[in-house]
Parts: sequence; structure tokens; C-alpha cells
Amino acid sequence: MIPLSWYLIFAAALFCVGLFGVLTRKNLIAILMGIELMLNAVNINLLAFWRYLYAPQMSGQVFVIIVFTAAAAETAVALSLIISVYRRRNTVVANDVDLLKG
Amino acid sequence: MIIQALTWLIPLPPLLAFALIALLTSHYRDVSHWLALIGAGLSWLASMVVFFWAVFTPGLSQISPAFQVPWLPLGGDWLMIGVQVDQLTAVSLFFVAWTVLMIFIYSVGYHNYGQPEGDRDKPGLPPFGTLFRFKRGERKMVASVEPMYSRFFAFISLFAFGMYTLVVSDNLLTLYIGWEIMGLCSYLLIGFWYARESARNAAVKAFMTTRFGDMFMLLGLVVLYSVTGSLNYKDVFSPTVIKLLTASASPLLGLSWAGLIGLLLFMGTVGKSAQFPLHVWLPDAMEGPTPVSAMIHAATMVSAGVYLVIRFFPLISAGWLPGAPINLTMTVMAAIGAFTALFAATIALTQNDIKRVLAYSTISQLGYMIAALGVGAYVAATFHLVMHAFFKALLFLGSGSVIHGIEHGVMHTNEHVDAQDMFNMGGLRHKMPLTFWTFLIGGFALSGFPLITAGFWSKDSILAGAFSSGYWWVFIVLALAALLTAFYTMRLITLIFLGQPRTKAAEHAHESRPVMTVPLAILAFFAVAGGWVGIPANFPLLGGLLPDWFKQFVGGMLVGGEAAEGHSLVPLLTSLVVALGGLLLGWWVYHKQMAGDPDPMQRALGGFYTVLKRKYYIDEFYNWAFIKPAYWLADTLVYKLIDLKILDGILHAIGRFGPWFGRILRGWFDLPVINGAGDMIATGTRRLGADLKPVQSGRIQQYMLIALMVLVVVFFIFYYFFVLA
Repeated sequence: MIPLSWYLIFAAALFCVGLFGVLTRKNLIAILMGIELMLNAVNINLLAFWRYLYAPQMSGQVFVIIVFTAAAAETAVALSLIISVYRRRNTVVANDVDLLKG
Repeated sequence: MIIQALTWLIPLPPLLAFALIALLTSHYRDVSHWLALIGAGLSWLASMVVFFWAVFTPGLSQISPAFQVPWLPLGGDWLMIGVQVDQLTAVSLFFVAWTVLMIFIYSVGYHNYGQPEGDRDKPGLPPFGTLFRFKRGERKMVASVEPMYSRFFAFISLFAFGMYTLVVSDNLLTLYIGWEIMGLCSYLLIGFWYARESARNAAVKAFMTTRFGDMFMLLGLVVLYSVTGSLNYKDVFSPTVIKLLTASASPLLGLSWAGLIGLLLFMGTVGKSAQFPLHVWLPDAMEGPTPVSAMIHAATMVSAGVYLVIRFFPLISAGWLPGAPINLTMTVMAAIGAFTALFAATIALTQNDIKRVLAYSTISQLGYMIAALGVGAYVAATFHLVMHAFFKALLFLGSGSVIHGIEHGVMHTNEHVDAQDMFNMGGLRHKMPLTFWTFLIGGFALSGFPLITAGFWSKDSILAGAFSSGYWWVFIVLALAALLTAFYTMRLITLIFLGQPRTKAAEHAHESRPVMTVPLAILAFFAVAGGWVGIPANFPLLGGLLPDWFKQFVGGMLVGGEAAEGHSLVPLLTSLVVALGGLLLGWWVYHKQMAGDPDPMQRALGGFYTVLKRKYYIDEFYNWAFIKPAYWLADTLVYKLIDLKILDGILHAIGRFGPWFGRILRGWFDLPVINGAGDMIATGTRRLGADLKPVQSGRIQQYMLIALMVLVVVFFIFYYFFVLA
């Protein structure tokens, strides 16, 4: 059986990839994708801990399902916002959307 | 039981009438006067029932029905108020009810009810009369209705309430309340025609003067309560209390408590019954409408003062026994009463205003009663009080009728004469026969015309009382006053009714309407028949034909009983001589008076005439001694010095200190500290915002990077402190 730490390392790596994407990509959709990666890294963590430590219970899977649901809803909202921004300002570049600049 | 209920109900109908008229019906003349008349009528009816019940109940003093309710809590005690019926209440109810009702009826006519409204009439002035177009097309001046008709009836209804309250109450407190209500009504009604300055001044004068007496009366009331703990007549006049009051000395002037209270209460009477030296308000009170003069200033309110003294006679005469020397309070009363009787009679000799003559005669007659009480002639004083109410009300109403007649003549002829000056009258007996005959009866009663008039019997019994008391000076002074009374009464009658008319207005005078003359006739009946109930049993020839009911009835009230009058012919002969002599003299002097002639008194009295005409300069003296100093005190001292200089100065200084102190605070505290702090917060915030502005780049990834870095730093800090430590 694959040890738990492997999963954790994998999840951490995936999280870092996502974080890097969020911080460096210019495109809003790419940033969104980074966020999804980070969420999935968290999901992997949850599932790994559940499988190794609390397998008889349902709670780990329930958490993951809820996270999926929240992520899907959040993606839908974010995508519609991005479309709306694109229609108004004709851009999907994050740095161009700076109305709140001080 | 029914009698008690009825007794306390007596004062209420006029009060109700007052409230309804004042609140609801002031625009409807007929409703207003019907309300007032019905109110007075109900009270009259109840009074008559109570009166006749009292008369036909043997042993009334033992029963003496009373009805009390607790009214005002005082510490651990209650002030009780209530009503009672005794002999004095009964006879007072009799004359009050009759005179009040007659005067109410008369007022309807006096205020020209049914006449057109005057186009020039204003509220606060007597009606001028108006040009009226008759059906035939001719235009004539006719009398116009009083503009404040309802107001008048409201006030006299309130007045009637006050008088009834005073009469039926069984304690000094409600008596005092009724007393002051009447004082207020007197003020309101003297100033009824308030647009005239003289009426306003007279109202204020009456109020202030009577108030001066009332102040002492209130003191007496308070002293009585604090010494005896009760104001109820039955408690106060019980022999033990009287004995206690007589025996214990008050801290003032070495008087006994009874003497002190008696003197204080008597001061109230001096004010209300217009005795010297507080008599000055009554003649001026004639500024009011004539029914008011009749009711308030002749028949009822001024009688209230005498009523008070009669009521408190057991206290005032404490320590005195019939036949013994009179005590201090009684001496004061006898002196003031006798002096006032003579003094006012002398002034009345020279007055030309018909109502003023009657006013002075009222003062004089009240002095009579006070003097009678002073020498202990209790029943005689009560008798004269009742009889005087009838004939003086009659005389005043008659004078109102005369004035009305003359005013009619004035309107008819357009001649401008004073309708109240009797030198402008004369010969009215043909024009106004009913007024003449009733006035004659009233005048004869006032002067004590022998045998047929009530005034003779009451005055004779006062003179007899004064004579048998042994106080010669009282008797002589009163006899002299009676002579003068007869003289000026005849002067009045002769100048008004006899001889020839001295002005055109008097030629065209005419008789008043029945609504005015019928009350005159009824009062005239009492002015004659009233005397029959008090004919002394030992009077020559007539004595014993009719029982001396009044003496038995009222005399039954006194605990000690009345002095046994040794009847002597001296007072009888005296009263015959002074009455007939005065009347004859008056007729003889004035019967040939022609228009424009000076008053014969002017020649007869010489320089003294002016003194009398100016009423002994008492008004001038009061003006100099009290009013001027009061004005000086108020204007020069209090207003100009204390108020303007000192008080205003202090206030202005405080006023100036305020802004100065404000400027200091502003310069040294507000601007630097408060404003500075505020400004500093504002600019500091703004600068901080400007400094932090670059952080808000609007680049979301930059924010996230910062957030990440902060997170990492916070993580390490936590890790260092909480995990490693």
C-alpha cells in the first residue's frame, strides 16, 4: 500500500503548482484554474487522511463532495464574472482590472 | 334627612346655571336668562321649603339638622364641611332667596331684553340705544339690549351660589369660600362695563379694599383652627370651647383668644360690610349695573359681613352676660358701627348721584347693625339685617327704574344730562307711578316711618336695644344717624318724584316694564309686612296683637339668651321724632327746588358742605397715605432702583460675563485643544491614507502575494512561539 506521506507530498506539490499559477498567470481563467488545483490538492489531503485514519466513517467523503460542490458553484460564479468583465472591458488580464486601485 | 339633602342642594342650581351659561349658551340671550332664572327659582323653592320647615319645627335648636362630609385631609385630621339649618340660616335663606330671585327677574328688564341690538354698542360699555325704524316709518332712539347680556347672568348666578353657600354652611371654611366667591363676583360685576376707566378703577378698589379685610379674617380663621382644631360652628360655640377661649390669653396685646379671633373676624366684616375705615369701596361700586348694586352692594353681599358677626356672636361676646359691661371686641364694634352710621349718613346728605346716596345709606345702615351687635342687641341686628335687605334692594331697584326712565327721556329729547343726578329729575310721580309708590315705601322703611313700615320696627328695636344696654353714646349717635337718614331719604324722594320736572328728559321719562315693576311691588310688600313679625310684645297699644315671632325664633338660638329689654318710651319717642322730623325737614327744604338752583345744603352747611361733598377727603387721604406711597414704592423704589438698577445690573453683569468667559474658553481651550485634536485626527487619517495608497495597486496577484507572505510570516511566528516554546 502506498504510504500516506506520498499522497501528502503529491498534494503539497499540486497545491504549490496551483499557488504558483494563481500568483503568476496574467489570464483570469488561468488564475481560476490555479485555484481549482489548490482545491483539489486539499481534496487529496482530505481523502488520504480519511482513507488511512478514519476509513469506517463517511465524513471524509462527505467533506470532499461538499468541497466539489462549492468549487463547482464558485467556478460558475467566477466564470460568469470573467465573461462579464470581458464584455465590459474587453480584457481577461488580471492587472487590467484595477478599478479599486488606490 | 330630606331637609339636610335639600339644604346642601340649595346653592347648586345657580352654580350649574353659571357653568352652562359660561360654557354653552353665551350667544343665546333667552336661554341664558332662563337658565339663570330657573337656577335661582329652584334655589328659592328649596330655601322656602327649608325656611318653613324650620319655622314649623318646634325645638329647632335641639334638632339643628346638619350634614357633614370629610373634605380635606390635614395631617391626621380631616377638615369637615357641611350644611346646617338653624334659625339664623333660615331667616337668612328667606331674605336671600327673595331678593336674589326678584333681582334676577328685574335684571331681564334692566338689561333691555327684547329691545333691538344697538349698532354702536360695544361689549364693556352700557348700551347707547339705537335708532329704530317703526312700522309707520318714523325713526326714534330706543333703548338697546345689553351687549354682554349672558355674561351678566352668568356672573350673578355664580354670585348667588356664593351667597347660598355662605348661608347654609356649618363651618367657617365654606363660609369663607362663599365669601370670597362673592368678592370675586363683586369685582367682576363692578367692572362689568370694563371699557369705562371708572368702572375698572372701582372694581380694583373694591377688590383690594375687601381683600384687606379678608386677610385679617383669614388670619382669624387660621387662629381659630389652630387653637380649637375645628372650624365647625357646633364645636367652636360649645360652652367648653368658648370658656377655654375666653380664659386663655393669646400672645397678642394681652387679649384672650376669643377676643383676638373676634377682632380678626370683625376686620373681615369691616371690609365686606364697608365699615369705616374700609368703607371707601362701596360708593364707587355703584359703577356696576344697578341690579348688581341692589343685590351685591345692598341686599346680600354686604349683609354677609353682618351675618358673619351674628354667626360668631357667641365667640365675639364671649365672657359677656346680658346686662353686664360689653367686652373689648363688642366695644370696638359698637364704636365703629355707631361712628360709621353717623359718618356715612352725613356724607349721604350732600351726594347728588341717586345711587351714591343709597350706597352711603347702606353703609350707614350696616353700621347700625354692627353697633346693635356691639351693645348686644343680637335679635334686633338680625331683624334689621333682614328688613334692610328687602327695603334696600327695593330702593336700588327703584333707582334703577328711575334711571331707566330718565335715560328714556334723554334718548327722546337728545338732551345731554346725567341720568343719575337727582337734580336733573323731579315730578316723576306722575310719569312713573309704580316706581314712585314702591320707592316711597322703601324710602319710608329706610327712614323708619312709624308703624306701617318694616324699617320702623327693626330700627326701633335697635334703638331700644342700645338704650337698654346703658350705652348712651351709642344710642345718641344712632338716633342722630336715624334723623339724618330720614332727612336724606326725603331729600331723595322729594328731588326725584315730587315738585316739577327740572329737565326735559325728566318730562319725558316713562314707567318701566312690568318685568321691572313687579319685583318692586313684591319687595315693597316685604318692606311693609316684614315688620309685622317683629313687633315687640311690650309695645304700647299694638304689642301683643301679633306674637313677636322673630324674637322668639331667632332669640332661641342664643345659648345665654337675649338681654331682657326693659322697654322704655324714650327710644320709641326718639325714633318717632327722628323719623317724622327728618322726613318733614327733608320735604320742607327740598320741595321747592327749581332747575338750576344750588343745593340748599350748600348754604346751610357753609364750608362743611365741601368737606361732606368730598366725603371727608378720605379718598384723598388714602390716596396720599397709601396709594401714592405704594406707587412710589412700586415705581421709584422697586422698579427704577431695585429692578432696573440692582437686579437688572446684576443680570447685565452676568450677561456680559458670559460672552467674556466664552471668548476666553474659545481662545484657550476650544480652538487649541478640542479643535486641534479634531483637526489632528482628520489630517492624520488623511495622511495615513495617502501613505498607504500605493499598497492598493489594484493588482489582485500582488495582493495575494502579500497575503501569502503575511501568512508565512504569521505561521513562523506562531510556530516559533506556540510549537517550539
